[in-house]
Amino acid sequence: MEITAIYYLIPALVMFCCGLYGFVTRRNMIAMLISLELMLNAVDMNFVIFNRFLFPEQMEGMMFTLFAIAIAAAETAVAIAIIINIYRSTHSVDVRELNKMKF
Amino acid sequence: MSVTVPILILALPLFMFIFIGLLGKKMSHMLAGVLGTLGMGTVLVLSYATAFDYFFSGNPLFINEAGERLQHIVFDQTWLQFTDSLVIKLGFFLDPISAMMLVVITTISFMVHLYSLGYMRDHHGVFEKGFQRFYAFLSLFSFSMLGLVVATNIFQMYIFWELVGASSYLLIGFYYTKPSAVSASKKAFIVTRFADLGFLIGILTLSYYTGTFNFTDFTSSAVAGLADTFRVDLATPEAVLSGFRASAAPMFMGASVLTWALVLIFMGGMGKSAMLPLHIWLPDAMEGPTPVSALIHAATMVVAGVYLVARLFPLYLMESAALDIIVIVGALTALYAAMVACAQVDIKRVLAFSTISQIAFMMVSLGVARPDFHEGLGYMASMFHLFTHAMFKALLFLGAGALIHAIGSNDYTEMHGLRKYMPVTHWTFLIGCLAIAGIIPFSGFFSKDEILSAAGGYSMWVYIWMSFVAFLTAFYMFRLYYLIFWWKEHKVREGHHAPHDQPWTMSLPLIILSVVTCVAGFIPFGNLVSWNGEPYDFMAHFDWSVATVSLIVAVLAIALATVMYRKENPLPAKMKRALPALWDWCHHRFYWDELYIFITHKIIFGCICRPLAWFDRHIIDGTMDAFASVTNKASGAIAPLQSGQIQMYVWIYLLGAVLLGGVTILCLI
Amino acid sequence: MESVGSIILYAVVAAVIIICSVLAVTTRKILRAATYLLFTLFAAAVVYFMLDYEFLGAVQIAVYAGGIVVLFVFAILLTTHPGDSSRPLTSKRRALGVAGALLMLVSAGYSLLTRCELFTSKAEGANPDMQLIGEAMLGTGQGGYLLPFEAISVLLLACIIGGVVVARKR
Repeated sequence: MEITAIYYLIPALVMFCCGLYGFVTRRNMIAMLISLELMLNAVDMNFVIFNRFLFPEQMEGMMFTLFAIAIAAAETAVAIAIIINIYRSTHSVDVRELNKMKF
Repeated sequence: MSVTVPILILALPLFMFIFIGLLGKKMSHMLAGVLGTLGMGTVLVLSYATAFDYFFSGNPLFINEAGERLQHIVFDQTWLQFTDSLVIKLGFFLDPISAMMLVVITTISFMVHLYSLGYMRDHHGVFEKGFQRFYAFLSLFSFSMLGLVVATNIFQMYIFWELVGASSYLLIGFYYTKPSAVSASKKAFIVTRFADLGFLIGILTLSYYTGTFNFTDFTSSAVAGLADTFRVDLATPEAVLSGFRASAAPMFMGASVLTWALVLIFMGGMGKSAMLPLHIWLPDAMEGPTPVSALIHAATMVVAGVYLVARLFPLYLMESAALDIIVIVGALTALYAAMVACAQVDIKRVLAFSTISQIAFMMVSLGVARPDFHEGLGYMASMFHLFTHAMFKALLFLGAGALIHAIGSNDYTEMHGLRKYMPVTHWTFLIGCLAIAGIIPFSGFFSKDEILSAAGGYSMWVYIWMSFVAFLTAFYMFRLYYLIFWWKEHKVREGHHAPHDQPWTMSLPLIILSVVTCVAGFIPFGNLVSWNGEPYDFMAHFDWSVATVSLIVAVLAIALATVMYRKENPLPAKMKRALPALWDWCHHRFYWDELYIFITHKIIFGCICRPLAWFDRHIIDGTMDAFASVTNKASGAIAPLQSGQIQMYVWIYLLGAVLLGGVTILCLI
Repeated sequence: MESVGSIILYAVVAAVIIICSVLAVTTRKILRAATYLLFTLFAAAVVYFMLDYEFLGAVQIAVYAGGIVVLFVFAILLTTHPGDSSRPLTSKRRALGVAGALLMLVSAGYSLLTRCELFTSKAEGANPDMQLIGEAMLGTGQGGYLLPFEAISVLLLACIIGGVVVARKR
């Protein structure tokens, strides 16, 4: 049996869909952020997989993933800072409390 | 001639206005008043020096070998340069009438400054609120009026003309907490502004066809060998006239454009000088403090119209139609105002209508002046009357102010029999009345007599008409005099002390002005002022028959007034009952105000403005409101979409992404 | 043909990814969700190793597993009390979420599977050399990534400052 690209892509797709489900259903902002990380990671995997199977001589996909990981780290740090700040003022991490921020 | 003094004459009042206006609150009342008075006193001295220099120094800039008085431009500075040809200059113009006006304005203004030190406080010596503001505005007015009379060009005159109107507005509305004063100031401003619209159109018409604003380009020619010196020369207005005749639009609605321009310019003068039918603001302007009435609404500002016509007189000579209009307007106004003055209760209103009537005298005099009759006697008479009237009318107003100050009311019904209580006011007021009635040897006799002579030279009807007005003048002035000082004994009301004469700051101007009134008639005025600058021998043209007739008329009128009003008697009431319609019309000023209110409110507001306002409010505003409300409702409908629920956004985003993806896939398949 | 070992490894990794990601979004205890996320990330790192991207796998473990998950754990401990579990989802909400996820899964999976022939190639190429990666990272010429590298460093600086400012006690 040959492990082709599709075999790697399917778990990544499932991971992405799980992230999607979690992002739209969970109320806890940290859980939403976790779902977001899942989606991001799925996308990173896709870059790497396509890089390896379709363009093995180049390393754009890998580099892109590297940068994406760095950005994800930065984004998570800021997001968590915001969540903690919100928690400090509302004593809740429920995303529904956030609707006051539209004003 | 040095420019320092002329500049100081203009700059000092302006400086006083700015200084007192800005720092008045910081200084004491007395300091502000004394500063203003001293400033005006300095201007008085400088103006007297300038006028003396002009008339008597024999300087070749001012008078030539033939004894003709010349016009001299002391300085003429470019102020606004729009284009090469459209230049507006500010300057200082000296000629007989501007020199005379300098004297008149500064004299009256100084007297009023001095008088107000006493008038603008109550019986306990407490200064009125806004005392400093009052002095600042007086200085502003003096500055504007001086700038007006020394204007070298018609546009400078227009600028100061408006400034005078503005300061008059400020001073009429001095008691701005009183609604009547506020509406009077607005009325004065709007009516004169309306007239000034005509003035401006006249200026523009005249300047459009002649290409100049300068007075000297309209009336006089340059004197060879002397810079900035001119002499009145009929060749110049004739050239202007022929220029008009040759230009493209010589006729408009049956009259030449020059006539139109001159009549429109005269319309500005009608507004300022309260000629029929634009007179309605002047009686109401009496809401201002009495010294203001004396300064602005008797002696200086209201004669600006006369001054304007006199300034352009050689040009008016070219269009006798315009002069005829001036005569008609003046004669009608004179009779109207004199009749109304006979039936007024408020002493300031009587004086206001008397002022209108006397200014109309000056206008008529200008209108009847022709070089071929007694060498333009009317012009000289008009200026002479302007001078004497300024003095005795200011005297009368200041006297009335003293009475009002003592009694606390404007009605003669509350005065009666004051002669024993206020002797100074009584005697000075009597001198003023004698002067305005035209009794020899007071100043009014001479000037009025010459006006009547000039009118006789123009038309017998005008002479008879004006003589009748003179009769009425003497009658209503003595009616006023007797009702104030005689009629019956004064009753001192409970709780009030007896009325008494005023402090010296108020008495001194009265005495000075009455002395001037006594002697001004003997000034050889013709030697100083004439329409073309040539000396005019006063006595050689004196018409004794006219003088005798006018004297008899005046004495008759005074006798009639004495019979009717000296002692309390039923005669006036009987007269009133005998002629109820005439009394009513005179008392209500021939219903002019009601007519104006009818025209403005019923016709203009009701028939034009109200439909326009409705259109504006409902159609134009309604369209805009519809836009606004549609936008508002639409945004209200959309707003809930932005719920602030992030997951809702995600759903919408997801939906969009799936749709987009679906479309892409379908396309790819 | 792949070796049996690699097939088994693949099967295990795929199973871990699928199971752990499902659990990460369905568990009601938030700390557990973070733990399942950690496992998923490890599995993703293993995928990178299997595809011969050793440096990337190392970065994945170091940054994601070592950094981000620790951040999550700290945030969770700061904002929730131990033992708390979130309220169960309403059925409507869950059904909606499942429907959305399934829609995505079906549409993407369909498009993947119908294009299976595109992905039949074997994994080729070797592990990129560290020197190669380093030179690419700081290279300015063709295939150089200096500009994004510097941009990322500025972004990280901004995030540090932003994080400090936002989370600071007032």
